[in-house]
Amino acid sequence: MNAVAASKEAGEPLGIGPAHAGKLGDRVFRLTTWLMAMVVLVLLALVGWTLCKGSALSVKEFGWGFLAHSDWDPVNGNFGALTFIFGTFVSALIALLIALPLGLGTAIYLTELAPGWVRQPAISMIEMLAAIPSVVLGVWGIFVLVPWLREGPYPLLLKYFGFLPLFRGPTTGFCILSASVLIAIMILPIITSIAREVFRAVPEAQREAAFALGATRWEVTRLAVLRYSVRGVFGAAMLGLGRALGETMAVTMVIGNSDKITASLLSPGNTLASKIANEYAETLKGLPLSALFELGLILLLVTVGTNILAHLLIGAMGGRRPRGN
Amino acid sequence: MNPWYNRWRKIKSSCVSGLCLICALVVIAPLALVLFHLLQKGASSLDWSFFTQLPKPSGDPGGGMANAIVGSATLLGLAGLIGIPIGVLGGIYLSEFGSPRMNWAIRFAADILSGTPSIVWGIVVYALVVLPITGYSAYAAGLALGFMMIPLVIRTTEEMLVLVPNIYREAAFALGIPHWRIVLSIVLKTAGRGIVTGILLAAARVAGETAPLLFTALGNNSWSHRLSEPIAALPLQIFTYSNSPYDDWLRQAWAGALVLILFVLALNIAVRVMTRSRTPHLTR
Amino acid sequence: MNHKTLAALLGIGLLAGCGQKGSEQLLINGAGATFPYPIYSKWSFEYRKVDPTVSINYQSIGSGGGQKSILDGTVDFGASDGPMSDENLALAKAAGKIILHIPTVAGADVVTYNLPGNPPLQLDGPTIAAIFLGRITKWNDAKITAQNPDTRLPATDIAVVHRTDGSGTTYIFMDYLSSISKEWEASVGRGTAVKWPAGQGAKGNEGVMEQVKQMPGAIGYVELVYAVQQKLPFASVKNAAGNYIAPSIESVTAALATAKIPADFRFSMVNPPGERAYPIAGTTWLLVYQKQASAAKGKKLVEFLKWAETDGQALAAPLNYAPLPEELRQRVLKEIDSITY
Repeated sequence: MNAVAASKEAGEPLGIGPAHAGKLGDRVFRLTTWLMAMVVLVLLALVGWTLCKGSALSVKEFGWGFLAHSDWDPVNGNFGALTFIFGTFVSALIALLIALPLGLGTAIYLTELAPGWVRQPAISMIEMLAAIPSVVLGVWGIFVLVPWLREGPYPLLLKYFGFLPLFRGPTTGFCILSASVLIAIMILPIITSIAREVFRAVPEAQREAAFALGATRWEVTRLAVLRYSVRGVFGAAMLGLGRALGETMAVTMVIGNSDKITASLLSPGNTLASKIANEYAETLKGLPLSALFELGLILLLVTVGTNILAHLLIGAMGGRRPRGN
Repeated sequence: MNPWYNRWRKIKSSCVSGLCLICALVVIAPLALVLFHLLQKGASSLDWSFFTQLPKPSGDPGGGMANAIVGSATLLGLAGLIGIPIGVLGGIYLSEFGSPRMNWAIRFAADILSGTPSIVWGIVVYALVVLPITGYSAYAAGLALGFMMIPLVIRTTEEMLVLVPNIYREAAFALGIPHWRIVLSIVLKTAGRGIVTGILLAAARVAGETAPLLFTALGNNSWSHRLSEPIAALPLQIFTYSNSPYDDWLRQAWAGALVLILFVLALNIAVRVMTRSRTPHLTR
Repeated sequence: MNHKTLAALLGIGLLAGCGQKGSEQLLINGAGATFPYPIYSKWSFEYRKVDPTVSINYQSIGSGGGQKSILDGTVDFGASDGPMSDENLALAKAAGKIILHIPTVAGADVVTYNLPGNPPLQLDGPTIAAIFLGRITKWNDAKITAQNPDTRLPATDIAVVHRTDGSGTTYIFMDYLSSISKEWEASVGRGTAVKWPAGQGAKGNEGVMEQVKQMPGAIGYVELVYAVQQKLPFASVKNAAGNYIAPSIESVTAALATAKIPADFRFSMVNPPGERAYPIAGTTWLLVYQKQASAAKGKKLVEFLKWAETDGQALAAPLNYAPLPEELRQRVLKEIDSITY
């Protein structure tokens, strides 16, 4: 007697049913899970299709010029995305400039220098930072960060660096630089954690070899770890950039909402995301709404492109770890 | 070797170490500062009326965010109803059944979707659901949040299921148990804790989102009795109040922000506690 | 925590949402202007006592949002301080919907500022236009000091704050500036959302209030009630008769008295001829469909509108809105009677 028949006789209560029922169950189960997995593809298609359909009118009307013009004039029907593309990239890049060194320094500290008891709590705290909702950070930004920046650092910047066109007053504090600071706070956790992973992946032997040659702590880090991790650090930066480009609420609350391109970081601006957030509720159908959809399409393409680049650099996109054993 | 040069190397190393420590402190500072200010400005407004009363008109004292808190709970429930089954079952497919090419495509799509800015989700759901079908409603808002949960849950579920050793599956197959039974009773149970942490993290992320709600929930200054009607939600209310000039509303905005961040942090800490015994002590 | 507990928690969350207090209430949703938000939210609160079976939910998202929402049919009524344009009304008509403008109260756009000591200022139209055009950039500019000889004005830069969202408050302000400044009319024009030549933006009356309060040297325009509640200073503006008038219920009522009101109730009352009239005043409308889709909601909405035009008007003055004159109210009530459900 085989195992199945024997267990049937023994009257096993669960698990081992007749063979054909199992097959039907398998089929149904496989179909169900397949359908659910397909939902992801369907969702992606829906998002893309909705944005394309919505922006069709605007694309037809303005063509590539949409990306080059900075007019946003609902009264006269002229729309262009340049101001917002500019604002999005400038705020994201400055945020990266602030966050990347800080994140790398922190990652170095956590992997190479920190005493054991400090490591886990510090890592937990940094990951908690990532959990702060954007709107909460925005509220804190409006009532704490911006007033402080306006009273303290910004006048200093104007005093000592005012000769640069980058820092021209007067400033209300609600400006591109303030938004960049908030974005930097939001992308610090992701940069730190990926940099940490990258540093941890460096084989211990590399460090030990450097130590054996008499290198100081910093030299070990520089020679053995950093040199090894350039690609990964780039990936971390790109992932951080991807996150920074899409940030909406906190940016909307402190960026000052102006539709003009200016050289000064201390003047207000707008990003793709903040413009959509501000205008969507009231933009009437037709060309204005289509232009707004086109902003959304540009935002999506830019974010997706950056994320793909990032994943290529750190090799995680679509990748799969081997089955555990 | 020149002793002065060596000393210089050592000094350089200490300086860099010091800088890195400063970096770490600067990175941790915002969390501490935000919590501090939230507690300082918001804790005093967290009285009983905050949790039980409806918003009062601007200028009338009192009032609370009771409907927003319940509204957020409702939306989270709706989002979970969509995000959890689809995400978990989809993750099962990826781990147990899928072909390499199909899996790559699905993971790619999931990665793109999880990197999509939340405002894009907002306008997509507005165009697809709010405008043609439901108007501003809890359904639409829950759908938007649920859509955002799916890519997150599907990825973490797959990762957790893949970690379950093959031995378990092979042994169960050898006993003649149907595949679906194996997955549900054995593999899922084994990976259960990890999957739950993935769900909790997705829920924490989605609970704090405001942008999608702007175009789907509208907001409500009283209770919502039907899911087909506009609904109040905590992030939305915080955003609206923070834009107002009324002192009592501003204080409530801080209080609301405190409640929101405590909820989100509680979820994160729960996740940490659940995974603590699984993570070996870090050597680096 | 295992998956059963998780499911239970989610279920509780859902049930909490479904089982909220008193499922007998009918919800009527409206969205739109921030200008009348204080009075509409007061009406919503008081009306719950008059008729507990109805809840009026009003969200202030800006006049532009109000117009769009009623055009899209995503709300039961809209609210706007700028009248809907002919094109938009035609769009609605083409879709089979006739939209009625129901004036509710009138208010004033005040010019508010943030200066040390907050002295009362006197400004005339051309000066205001020049400031918002970015031509006058300092508070102690000759044109401003000439009109305010008794006040010491600092050499601070003027930080202009305007609205980012489509706003009826903006519309009234634009209407005024366009009627007294040819340059403004040509370069910026009238509208709820325009291309601003200077300054930075904030969302809603509330946002502008907040920015002006926070920034020394700021100047902005908001609805009267917001400035009064926050004890911000506002300027007296020179009207067509040559007098500097401060915004108040009386001066708005004076402006309303001289306005010519057509049959569809879309009218402008900026820069009126009256001696004591405040020049930057406007009325705000509720936008409703003439043919209501739902009989139950339609009936309750009509009852609410009638209450607003009668008992509700008494709540206007304490909030610094001017109630409508009796004769206008009668005309509006007749218009409300034409709503079918």
